[in-house]
Amino acid sequence: MNSVIKTSGIRKVYSSGDVEVVALATIDLTIEPGEFVAIMGSSGSGKSTLMNILGCLDYPTSGEYFLDGVKVNGLGRNELADIRNTKIGFVFQGFNLLPRTSAVENVELPLFYNRTRTEKDSDIRKLAEEALNRVGLGGRIHHEPSQLSGGQQQRVAIARALVNRPALILADEPTGNLDSRTSVEVLALFQELNEQGITVILVTHEPDIAEYTKRVIEMRDGSVLKDEPVAERRNAAADLAARSSVTGRE
Amino acid sequence: MNWKNILNVAMKSILRNRMRSLLTMLGIIIGVAAVIVMVAIGKGAQAQIEDQIGTLGTNVIIAFPNASRAGGVSQGAGSNGGRFTLDDVDKIEKNATQLAGVSPVIRSGVQAIGGSGNWSTSIYGVSPSYLDIRQWPLASGEFFTDREIRSRSKVCVIGKTVVDNLFPNQDPVGQEIRLRNVPFKVIGVLTQKGQNAAGADQDDAILAPSTTVLDRLSGGRFIQQLMASAASPAQMTQAQEEMRGLLRESHRLQPGEDDDFVIRNQTEIAEAAQQTTQVLTLLLASIAGVSLVVGGIGIMNIMLVSVTERTREIGIRMAIGARGSDVLTQFLVESVVLGLCGGIIGILTGVGVAQLVQAVSDLHTKIDPSIVILSFIFSGAVGVFFGFYPARKAAALNPIEALRYE
Ligand SMILES: Nc1ncnc2c1ncn2[C@@H]1O[C@H](COP(=O)(O)OP(=O)(O)OP(=O)(O)O)[C@@H](O)[C@H]1O
Ligand SMILES: [Mg+2]
Repeated sequence: MNSVIKTSGIRKVYSSGDVEVVALATIDLTIEPGEFVAIMGSSGSGKSTLMNILGCLDYPTSGEYFLDGVKVNGLGRNELADIRNTKIGFVFQGFNLLPRTSAVENVELPLFYNRTRTEKDSDIRKLAEEALNRVGLGGRIHHEPSQLSGGQQQRVAIARALVNRPALILADEPTGNLDSRTSVEVLALFQELNEQGITVILVTHEPDIAEYTKRVIEMRDGSVLKDEPVAERRNAAADLAARSSVTGRE
Repeated sequence: MNWKNILNVAMKSILRNRMRSLLTMLGIIIGVAAVIVMVAIGKGAQAQIEDQIGTLGTNVIIAFPNASRAGGVSQGAGSNGGRFTLDDVDKIEKNATQLAGVSPVIRSGVQAIGGSGNWSTSIYGVSPSYLDIRQWPLASGEFFTDREIRSRSKVCVIGKTVVDNLFPNQDPVGQEIRLRNVPFKVIGVLTQKGQNAAGADQDDAILAPSTTVLDRLSGGRFIQQLMASAASPAQMTQAQEEMRGLLRESHRLQPGEDDDFVIRNQTEIAEAAQQTTQVLTLLLASIAGVSLVVGGIGIMNIMLVSVTERTREIGIRMAIGARGSDVLTQFLVESVVLGLCGGIIGILTGVGVAQLVQAVSDLHTKIDPSIVILSFIFSGAVGVFFGFYPARKAAALNPIEALRYE
């Protein structure tokens, strides 16, 4: 089986005028199917830059990137668009939902752009509703982003990332704007998806959150500083259950 | 992306900025409405002229003396200086094979006294075949015959306007009217004919035998016009040529010598009249066309604004898998919908204004369905043409840069 992600010598240099900012210095990374990886590091260490490249949104300045055995460098815009659509579910740092568009319509979007979809157009609404149910938002499908809380918007974004059943989910600080309880709920969801065989990579600042994953990669100044498995992995579902018993009832 | 969804998104985006969309469409609306109204007025005028030329008669051929040649140096020995005489009429009557009839027309302005007062009108000296040539039936009474021509009888047939002014509440037939102190007996009344192509009232006329008018009223004036009709529409050209030949013979023109008269058939007269309105229609329509282009630039402008405003949205769509072509289609559909909506509103406005013009003025308007369809298609095409550049700009955006756009 191919590695989901394999990068060799990926660099990303931003040059604005005379100043060159090395956002990523030589990243060699291999991630196998079924892994659950947390990328950590201080602000500006290059986490988002790496995620954007892994998500086929941005190009590295140099180096090679293989996604599921396919060399991504050199693919055309259309092929990259199709990869983003079907192979990768991306959850952005700032949600990036379409404004003035209902939750369910936001979740439908990737289905509309899916050229390999086997479901009929008439089933799109149903698929989107299912994805929203899965993230626990079944009751708010017609709300627009401005009518949803940050946590709810985050879940819509996750539902949108799930709807085309990608093999890889990339989430850039999915819990950045959430309180600790909601964060654990979102992590429970990722753990569940991961158990179903989906590879999950998420960026986080919080060590607590990283404890729910299987592997932690720490970055500094565009390089990998540390890359080690999680020794004692926490179970989000169990933690949630424990919390509710402490607070009495939920 | 399926079409329903694309249209949905386009409609939503247009309706979100109602006022802006309306202002954007205004150029197209005004352009299309202008095209429709202009063409409707042009077509209306044309139809009116066609109608009026139809009142001339059927297959009519008219000959006039050529004023510029009359009295010129190159007159033939027996020429009357290009003027027509009753001999010319006789010659045509006797020899023509392609003509159904020929009549002189001798017009003279007169003051008619009789019945309830007096009325200034025109008398026309004509021959009995005049009514057939003009396709002008009598309302009552009878027309004069060759006998009255030979005897120079003082009889006349009067038009509707003359009847209305001199004999408002009585039957004029059998009554007497005095024209320059000459008493004429009214023997018939003409049916109403309306205006001619020049806008003159054709019913303001008295018809009398040509010989009588020449003798007693016109003071020896020459015949101003010969009117004939071809035996059938197909014979029009031959009939015209025959009449021309006979007139040349009668005027004793040498071969190679120019005609000393002008001869025209009804089709030529109609064409000449229509040409003016056609030129006008074309001119007005092209002005309207320019405003359509200006409308298109308005669409392009607002689409460029829209692309900039929605850069982030484009970035999001691309990030979740929209191809450049999806984005292109999206924006193109939006500008086409803008164009078509403008077109539809413009068509409705145009039709409304055309009707209003017809109602409040005496201009006739005629909506041309092909222009309606054409302007609909054209406003869509304006949307495609002027929407393409902004749409392509949107499609060429880089997803990550679009996402970062603030
Ligand atoms: N478009 C850009 N142009 C220039 N420099 C950039 C650009 N994007 C990122 N950088 C620089 O690259 C470096 C890495 O940025 P990146 O966004 O990847 O950090 P991050 O680890 O995601 O930080 P945070 O935790 O705050 O999200 C930073 O120094 C940043 O200033
Ligand atoms: Mg970041």
